[in-house]
Amino acid sequence: MIDYGKMLSKTVCDIKPSGIRRFFDMLSEMDDVISLTVGQPDFVTPWHIREAAIESLEKGKTYYTSNAGTSELREEISKYMKRRFNLEYCGKNEIIVTVGGSEAIDVCMRAILEPGDEVILPVPSFVCYGPIAEMIGAKVVKIDTKLENSFKLTADELRSAITDKTKLLILPFPNNPTGAILTEDELKEISEVLKDTNIAVLSDEIYAELTYGRKHVSIANIEGMRERTIIASGFSKAYAMTGWRLGYLCGPEPLIKEMLKIHQYAIMCAPTASQFAAIEAMRNGDEDVEMMRNEYNRRRTFVLNGLRKIGIECFEPEGAFYIYPNIAPFGLSSDEFAERLLYEHKCAIVPGTAFGDSGEGFARISYAYSMKHLAQALERIELFVKSLKNR
Amino acid sequence: MDKILQLLEEDATLTAEQISVMLSKEVGDIKKAINKYEKDGVILGYKTLIDWDKTDREYVSAIIEVKVMPQRDRGFDHIAEKIYNHPEVKSLYLMSSGGFDFALIIEGKTMREVAYFVAQKLAPIESITSTATHFVLRKYKDKGVIYGSCEIDERGNLLI
Repeated sequence: MIDYGKMLSKTVCDIKPSGIRRFFDMLSEMDDVISLTVGQPDFVTPWHIREAAIESLEKGKTYYTSNAGTSELREEISKYMKRRFNLEYCGKNEIIVTVGGSEAIDVCMRAILEPGDEVILPVPSFVCYGPIAEMIGAKVVKIDTKLENSFKLTADELRSAITDKTKLLILPFPNNPTGAILTEDELKEISEVLKDTNIAVLSDEIYAELTYGRKHVSIANIEGMRERTIIASGFSKAYAMTGWRLGYLCGPEPLIKEMLKIHQYAIMCAPTASQFAAIEAMRNGDEDVEMMRNEYNRRRTFVLNGLRKIGIECFEPEGAFYIYPNIAPFGLSSDEFAERLLYEHKCAIVPGTAFGDSGEGFARISYAYSMKHLAQALERIELFVKSLKNR
Repeated sequence: MDKILQLLEEDATLTAEQISVMLSKEVGDIKKAINKYEKDGVILGYKTLIDWDKTDREYVSAIIEVKVMPQRDRGFDHIAEKIYNHPEVKSLYLMSSGGFDFALIIEGKTMREVAYFVAQKLAPIESITSTATHFVLRKYKDKGVIYGSCEIDERGNLLI
């Protein structure tokens, strides 16, 4: 008999499977559930972008591109970063086109971290950073961001988490699941802590286009930070292109050069048709992004006000497309709250614990749904909350 | 306040309560604004988009080009009125085309019914010099909505 335990890498086997899988399995077995769990846009990729990919296929552009992506696309990304965020990256040697923002994160972490190194991670945040660090053998030092700080990372918290083993700070803002952002002033304070160190920053800016009320500022915009910052971003959220699997890394040449090796051997290059679509997105997609941002903002206001009216305490998210309500006052754990809402009222939300222990007492609500869908969901949540209060 | 109009143009079933929540405004103010729009004729009505092909009802529509001889002093408006007063006429446009003057959309149960309307009611109108009827074979999209498709949420439920 084969002993698979001996066959497989212990490091990989030790990674805990996500608890949310069970919840999603329950969800998929039920009918007529109104779900607010999906973390991707409900828009279809704009037609002119899809058309660009179709045209590339019609013309037989089915080859590998260069490892870092077509020079045309890297040039467009360079122009886009300048136009939208006033950041300068050279298309030739400071940009890699990746398979989604996810690969960008993986490549960046693998290029920087070694076994025993420490990586600082503000939580709650997207679920991939911890397991990637574990696979490398690096230690994750979590910082619990707090409701009273609007789920922002503070300079003091960062300072006290740094040791002589710290190699990397992950900066996942605008944040999934909280919707928190960091302003220029807050980034400056964080920069003060970092400036005399050798700590690199992985700034995950996948939601940079989806901020409401104020424009996104990157830590790379802060004086002295560009040379230590790697930006991971992509097309999924801004252009509703999740299935195209296309992202990018921007950073200083000495770092990008090494990251390119990992990308080269693991991936070769990002899908060619997706790259042609992405060129069109960056050239002619600003209006689409604007339209979707406005629509998300309308929904954000609707759900936020709706939840508050029902009597659920909510921090006002300024970015991404999630609301992260505080459900602790109802006296149920996050998992209980989510499971009972699902079973008793057929409405699905993600328990905060899916994003780590710090998510206890919270839940994530995605508003990447039609207004009608959101209105129905709010009605169900209201019924549930009333039933809890009446007990 | 034209945000209200944008929202209602997208979805006429939105209630004043829902709109007030979306726009962070008082319900009373939204109701007042909608009333004013209705009174001023900015909002003219609320209708439902129906795909009649999915029902048992017989349904046919046609686009008709109409050429007219404008009347002295009364221009096109008087003729337009004579055309649009027929309830079969669902839309009527004055066009800048060289070939014809009005385009109208009419709906009926059968092609025969539409043909009867053109021959017996439209063509005899004074000043109309000719008509050309184009029957619609299939409606793909109307008012921004694609016909024949159903919306199914196929997005993968991953923890993103």
